[in-house]
Amino acid sequence: MAGVPVSYYLVLSAILFTIGVIGVLIKRNPIVIFMCVELMLNAANLTFIALGRHFGQVNGQMYVIFALAVAAAEVAVGLGIIVAIFRTKETIDIDEINLLKM
Amino acid sequence: MTPKLIVFAILAFVSVVSAVWMISTRNPVRSALFLVVTFLTMAVFYLTLGAQFIAAVQVIVYAGAIMVLFLFVIMLLNLGAPQALREPGGLQRPAAILLGAVFLGALFLSPTLLSMTSKPLAPDDYPQTAAAATMQGPPSPTAANIGTVETIGYNLFSPSLPWLFPFEATSVLLLVAVVGAIIMAKRQV
Repeated sequence: MAGVPVSYYLVLSAILFTIGVIGVLIKRNPIVIFMCVELMLNAANLTFIALGRHFGQVNGQMYVIFALAVAAAEVAVGLGIIVAIFRTKETIDIDEINLLKM
Repeated sequence: MTPKLIVFAILAFVSVVSAVWMISTRNPVRSALFLVVTFLTMAVFYLTLGAQFIAAVQVIVYAGAIMVLFLFVIMLLNLGAPQALREPGGLQRPAAILLGAVFLGALFLSPTLLSMTSKPLAPDDYPQTAAAATMQGPPSPTAANIGTVETIGYNLFSPSLPWLFPFEATSVLLLVAVVGAIIMAKRQV
C-alpha cells in the first residue's frame, strides 16, 4: 500500500525551514531567535528521516541522533551565554547588543 | 484519500500553523509553547516514517528537556511580558517575508523535491529467534525494523560501522557543553 510520498515530507520540511529563517530575521528577542534556529534544525531532521526511509537505510536516523545531541549541547551553551549577557547589560534586545565588546 | 494522507495533511497543517504563530506572537512564552506543538507533530511524523526510536527521543529531549530549558531561561530573565520587546517596524518585516518567499522558491527549484515517491521496502519478516539471538550482522532493513531500537543500537555500538566514534565523541561534547554552560552562567568565574 502506498503511503505518503516522500515529496510531501520534503516540501513540509522546506516550508518549516523557511518559517524558521523568517523568524530569525524578524524577531528581536534572542531566545525566540534561538527557538527559530531549533525549528530549522527540526526541519532538517525531518528531511534526513524522510530520505532515509526513501532509500531504505538507517543512516538518516543516525544523523538525526547526532544532530539532536549537538542541538541539545548548543542550546545549553547558547542559553548560558544569553543569561550572561543579560546579567551584564540588563537588556537582551538584539538591536542593542551590537558591539563585540561590552 | 487514504487515512495516511488525511493524518499527514492534518498534522502538516497543525505544524505549519503552529510555526507561523510561533514567529508572529510577541510573547516569548507563547512562542515556546507553539514550538512544543510543532515538535510533537514532528514526533508523529517520525512515527509515520518508521522511526520509532527517534520519535521517542524527540519527545523526551526536544519537547521535554530543551523547551523546558527555554522556558526556565525566559522566566529567569522575566521576559514573559509581551510589551518587553518592541518588534522591528518599517521595512524589516516585509523584507524578511519577501526574502523568505524567495528562499522557499529557490528550494522548490530542486528537481527532486516534488517528484519523489515512497519506495515500498521489503515486507516485514520477523527473524527466527535463534538468528536474532546471535545477531551476526545488522538487521536487514525491512519496512518495520529500520527504526527500531535494535537496529539503531546495533549501528551505534558496532565497531565495524562508522557510528561508534561519533557516538563516543558526542558524549565528550555533552560533557564540554555542561561545563561550558555552568561557567557561562556563574556569577564569578
